[in-house]
Amino acid sequence: MNTDIAFVQTETIPPSPPPSSAIGPSKWIKDNLFSSIPNTILTIVTIWLIYTVLMQVVPWVANGVWTTSSLTECREVLQGKTGACFSVLSERWNQILYGFKYPVDSYWRPNLALVLLAFAAAPVMFFDLPRKMLIFTALYPFIAFWLIWGGTILGPLVALLGFVAGGYTFKTLSMKSFAAGFFGAIAAAFAIWIIGGALIPETASENAWLSPVPSRDLGGFMLNLMLGVTCVSLSLPLGVALALGRQSNMPLIKGISVVFIEFVRGVPLITLLFVASVMLAYFFPPDSTVDLFLRVVIMITMFSAAYIAEVIRGGLAALPKGQYEAADSLGLDYPQAMRLIILPQALKISIPGIVNVAVGLFKDTTLVSVISMFDLVGMIRGPILASTEWNGVYWELLGFAALLFFIVCYGISQYSQWLERRLATDHR
Amino acid sequence: MKKSVIFGAATVACLSAGAAAAGTLDDVKARGKLNCGVTTGVVGFSAPNAEGVWEGFDVDVCRAVAAAVLGDSTAVEFVPTTPKTRFTALSAGEIDMLSRVTTWTLSRDADLKFTFVGVNYYDGQGFMVPKELGVSSAKELDGATVCIQTGTTTELNLADFFRSNNISYEPVPIETVAEAQQQYLAGSCDVFTTDASQLASTRATFETPGDHTILGDIISKEPLGPTVRHGDDEWADVVRWSYNTLVAAEELGITSANIATLAGEKTDNPEINRLLGHEGSMGEMLGLDADWAVRIISAVGNYGESFERHLGGQSAIGLARGLNALWTEGGLQYSPPVR
Repeated sequence: MNTDIAFVQTETIPPSPPPSSAIGPSKWIKDNLFSSIPNTILTIVTIWLIYTVLMQVVPWVANGVWTTSSLTECREVLQGKTGACFSVLSERWNQILYGFKYPVDSYWRPNLALVLLAFAAAPVMFFDLPRKMLIFTALYPFIAFWLIWGGTILGPLVALLGFVAGGYTFKTLSMKSFAAGFFGAIAAAFAIWIIGGALIPETASENAWLSPVPSRDLGGFMLNLMLGVTCVSLSLPLGVALALGRQSNMPLIKGISVVFIEFVRGVPLITLLFVASVMLAYFFPPDSTVDLFLRVVIMITMFSAAYIAEVIRGGLAALPKGQYEAADSLGLDYPQAMRLIILPQALKISIPGIVNVAVGLFKDTTLVSVISMFDLVGMIRGPILASTEWNGVYWELLGFAALLFFIVCYGISQYSQWLERRLATDHR
Repeated sequence: MKKSVIFGAATVACLSAGAAAAGTLDDVKARGKLNCGVTTGVVGFSAPNAEGVWEGFDVDVCRAVAAAVLGDSTAVEFVPTTPKTRFTALSAGEIDMLSRVTTWTLSRDADLKFTFVGVNYYDGQGFMVPKELGVSSAKELDGATVCIQTGTTTELNLADFFRSNNISYEPVPIETVAEAQQQYLAGSCDVFTTDASQLASTRATFETPGDHTILGDIISKEPLGPTVRHGDDEWADVVRWSYNTLVAAEELGITSANIATLAGEKTDNPEINRLLGHEGSMGEMLGLDADWAVRIISAVGNYGESFERHLGGQSAIGLARGLNALWTEGGLQYSPPVR
């Protein structure tokens, strides 16, 4: 051993920290933003773009004026500086949200309906919740109708009774035959509605606890939400039925489904809405008219049901034939096979498509503004921009509308992603 | 359930055309409300305010008719209509009258079977240019880029005008007035052309309205007026004379300020006496009572007051009377004699 060596390290040198260029944010920046010359150029261009946009938007929002009573006053306050005129939102927010005719002292009613909607939708959307909550979901449409439209509570009650009677008839009769139960249920429900409808006195709504609000007075974002929620929830079951009908072996049912789907898909929604608002007035007998809101709901529901049916048909087609045969070999009849084996799988595959239709449908509800219903966009384009105070305020109003729609649509999309992860039971 | 889906029936009676044709006046009286078709919002002509109450120059005509027939200028159910739904709403009987910046044309009168009861606003297509361009007449616009709404009569009028003057232009097609405003202010076009009243209300929203000028050239006739269905002349008379009352009141110097005094006692002027029901039986002939004109003027004032309030100097739009001045002052507004 050479003893000339003055010092020998007896233990391992601890590892030095990596150089600052290979760790932390600087490494991340180097790797992700400046890894090569083209990437560096792209990064710089992007940063410049973001900077330019922010330089426009930030002062515009930060200098925003909230308290004036007209656009001219906004400009006086701003003295030529860049700045938004948000005063239109603080003055007209109630019209944007509820329309201009919904009674102000009744705003709590749609608000309460919206809160209750969360409770009603929860057990449908999150199936870990106790199943008993579905009872409230079943009651919700009647409660919401009564809250928003007001008037006598007898109307929604009779409607509810009709459904209960129909359900009960179906349960008793379908033990013997499905068809007997199905048609018996429809007959029972209509019997209750007609008798009950005739029993409600004409003047029942006049002194009701909740003052009645006609459909024409509904408006704003409330109308978009109502149309969106109603039409999506109605078109889902209808879409499933149409998709199954199109796959059916029975020629009549298959024919009706195909014709319905192809006809409705071949017509623009705006045409259907025009028919609903303008043409139907010619066909109904004098003095009896179906409410405009209901007409629009029927048209939008038909429209989106046709699309959802095609999405679900895709899901059905994607299932291997073995699944159908497996259901048959277990001795399940058609409803059981569909309910227990086929539809759960097909619907799972169809979720992205259904959500896509739902988001599109929700945004399409703004089309009702062309048949002079004052939804969010109709409210902005019509009354608010046509008032002498606010004529000329475009960015603030339409930006606010975009924000409202974005919140809802982004929420729907996040939910569907959660649902896909939750249902991911296959082995990929 | 049947009840709950038909709850619009009480307020929004969609009568069939046949049923409505027989005695609209009686229908309105029985209903206690006038169904009046208006726009979904045109600055100065009709729009709901922050409280949701409809206001505007066209709205005042509805209120005048309601005041005459029902004695209450607020007893109006305003039915918003779009350019596409307005005529079907009227012919299907959903509305009793249409007061909605609608141009009186031969085909609408004869083919669509409507009766235009008068012209409450003489409009026409005009041009707006920036002042710095130094243009004083539309004939100097050779080679200009023009913002123009596609698919409208204004597009055709523009082509005709430039061709007949043998000058060229470059169209910039736009969809809505809002879009035109942005394009024009951004300098995408030198000229913006549409109805003059629209130009004025658009200019009023600019940050510096003084930098833009509306040229004197008017290249088309757009007489806008209230409309009713063919086949019910009694009702057309009521609407026509409710409107004429507004003009006659201005001619006679009756205003909402002095109406209370004039209505109280007989004056020396027989025309005023006839209009206000002191002499003759004008109201009775129309199927109304003697005070019908008094109620109209107390509710909305005379034509000039209504104009000033919604379109003229008292409003943000600041339109000059122009063609809509009284005939005695060089305009076209003229009421047939009330006698």
